[in-house]
Amino acid sequence: MPTPRTLFDKIWEAHVVDQMGDGTAVLYIDRHLVHEVTSPQAFEGLRMAGRKVRRVDGTIAVADHNVPTDADRLNGINEPESKTQIDTLVQNVADFGVPYFPISDARQGIVHVIGPEQGISLPGMTIVCGDSHTSTHGAMGALAFGIGTSEVEHVLATQTLQQKRALNMLVRVDGKLPAGCTAKDIILAIIGKIGTAGGTGHVIEYAGEAIAALDMAGRLTVCNMSIEAGARAGLIAPDETTFAYVKGRPYAPKGEDFDKAVAYWRSLPSDAGAHYDKVVVLDAAEITPQVTWGTNPEAVLPITGVVPDPAAEPDDARRAQLVQMLKYMDLAPGQKLAGTKVDVVFIGSCTNSRIEDLRAAAAVAGGRHVADGVRALVVPGSGLVKQQAEDEGLDKVFLDAGFEWREAGCSMCLGMNPDKLTPGQRCASTSNRNFEGRQGPGGRTHLLSPAMAAAAAVTGQLTDVRELV
Amino acid sequence: MEKFEVLTGVAAPLNMENVDTDKIIPARFLKTIKRTGLGVHLFASMRYEDDGSEKPDFVLNQPKYRHAEILVAGDNFGCGSSREHAPWALLDFGIRCIIAPSFADIFHGNCFKNGILPVVLPADVCEQLMADAALGTNARITVDLARQVVVRPDGQEIAFEVDAFRRHCLLNGLDDIGLTLEHAPAIDKYEARLQQEHAWQPVISGV
Ligand code: SF4
Repeated sequence: MPTPRTLFDKIWEAHVVDQMGDGTAVLYIDRHLVHEVTSPQAFEGLRMAGRKVRRVDGTIAVADHNVPTDADRLNGINEPESKTQIDTLVQNVADFGVPYFPISDARQGIVHVIGPEQGISLPGMTIVCGDSHTSTHGAMGALAFGIGTSEVEHVLATQTLQQKRALNMLVRVDGKLPAGCTAKDIILAIIGKIGTAGGTGHVIEYAGEAIAALDMAGRLTVCNMSIEAGARAGLIAPDETTFAYVKGRPYAPKGEDFDKAVAYWRSLPSDAGAHYDKVVVLDAAEITPQVTWGTNPEAVLPITGVVPDPAAEPDDARRAQLVQMLKYMDLAPGQKLAGTKVDVVFIGSCTNSRIEDLRAAAAVAGGRHVADGVRALVVPGSGLVKQQAEDEGLDKVFLDAGFEWREAGCSMCLGMNPDKLTPGQRCASTSNRNFEGRQGPGGRTHLLSPAMAAAAAVTGQLTDVRELV
Repeated sequence: MEKFEVLTGVAAPLNMENVDTDKIIPARFLKTIKRTGLGVHLFASMRYEDDGSEKPDFVLNQPKYRHAEILVAGDNFGCGSSREHAPWALLDFGIRCIIAPSFADIFHGNCFKNGILPVVLPADVCEQLMADAALGTNARITVDLARQVVVRPDGQEIAFEVDAFRRHCLLNGLDDIGLTLEHAPAIDKYEARLQQEHAWQPVISGV
């Protein structure tokens, strides 16, 4: 009998082109997603070496990090360095013949939203992008991970990467998720449990009843933050939910090809008895709405919690870090998280900007109004998400409630485009990183789910969304 | 890529855990389209006041560490975003080697691709080296990749592990793409087989 294999083992083995000796493999890459921030130096390198893009038909480019999200952006981008990066991408895709969704195209959006949305990211594939949140695409049942710019150049030139095989880690979430809790709360709870280095060296496979019950949007949210758990990739076995999602997408296989694809994809889930190097089990029933209070994603607690007291931390380095976090976040030990006033609410990012996320936020925002003095932004993950939301009337729900309704892009997830926090502002954010200055220098970030973000917007403070529904 | 063989230099102590790539180089400096010139932005938020003046306490602002070539740091160095600007900024500043109890995966890989050697040593050994580094210019540390040892200022040698393939590339300054292209026939063969066995797998065209 063949050795039982994990989903990761199967995808890995199907993509090994050759061995370089010493356990380093030449790994074939099916899909390469390219954006404006991490690609200019890679194309520069190709040009200098006189190399071509090996598989333009496995590559797709889009600008997302730097693009402004106001409707005026089609008239030109003001910030000169952003403009240079985007113009450079436009020039590079033209010179090298790489498929590209321009800013004027409804298909433009955050690279990790459009891959699955277009059917470009498919089960069983290897998918890379010069961006750590490429782990998102693992929700399709693919091996997807972020790479650096040297590797971007490497994939452009060779359609392969030199890789060492990672270890297998299983994170099983048993049982049913309580009402008011979402995929975001699952992944924040996982990171709270295993820490930001908990997955280092491993590829995490998420499984269990609560994961299988998630829709694709939820699975994408969970896999998105694998990197915050220290893993380069996270994946979820493809199943009927996956196949139904993929069917009919623009770049997905069609007709008979689709059936053949599904037959193959059904062979991918981990075999019974497959070996995992590390196993973590959570009980979904115990998960509550989560919110981060510190400056890394493992500094997370249930919304019913209180800010920890550094004095209770025996380890010197950790205590110093806690003190610094509370100082930066302007929080006091023992302070209740619920009731903490916020200045800004950001609903968006590759973690939570899909139509399902916007629906969840709208369900809380509908019939209510953004609290006085609070700025609240809703930024769809792609032009198509925006269109669909408008077809469903969600834009109206948000606008009536006093939210801003913006164009697709990374927006306030990171301080690279005009959507930024000002120093000292406190933000309830559906994004994935709460590092110091991430949303703008001096900005303070609390990560939470879209429903929790909407609850914070309408109350002006961190709020247990279960009290509003 | 510049070869890395033996490096002897001043080591700067950065006694912090979880130094993320946003700390190494904040996102607002990623807008360059070149690989060079990022050294001035290295550790920007820890290194400069809001008005751009230097924070005198920050380690790399102290005269003895301005030309440090080695960094001794805490656990999980380089976590967070995959930006290769982090090693570019370190390299542009002059750092060729980082010693820490652990590194985040992507950052670790990015170092090798840019001629920086990340050395993993147990926490207690890093603490000793941190103490050595605190002596500043009086205490030079040697990192010998060929022999896989760190030599403390008192001559004590500490062995470290490093991936043999990456060591080979770094010692010889080998470019990854060139190495992989030696496998081009295997890549051709793989693609041909893929086309046959997974004929249903679509390509991206007609965008
Ligand atoms: S939304 Fe945020 S995390 Fe996602 S790709 Fe953009 S900047 Fe990165």
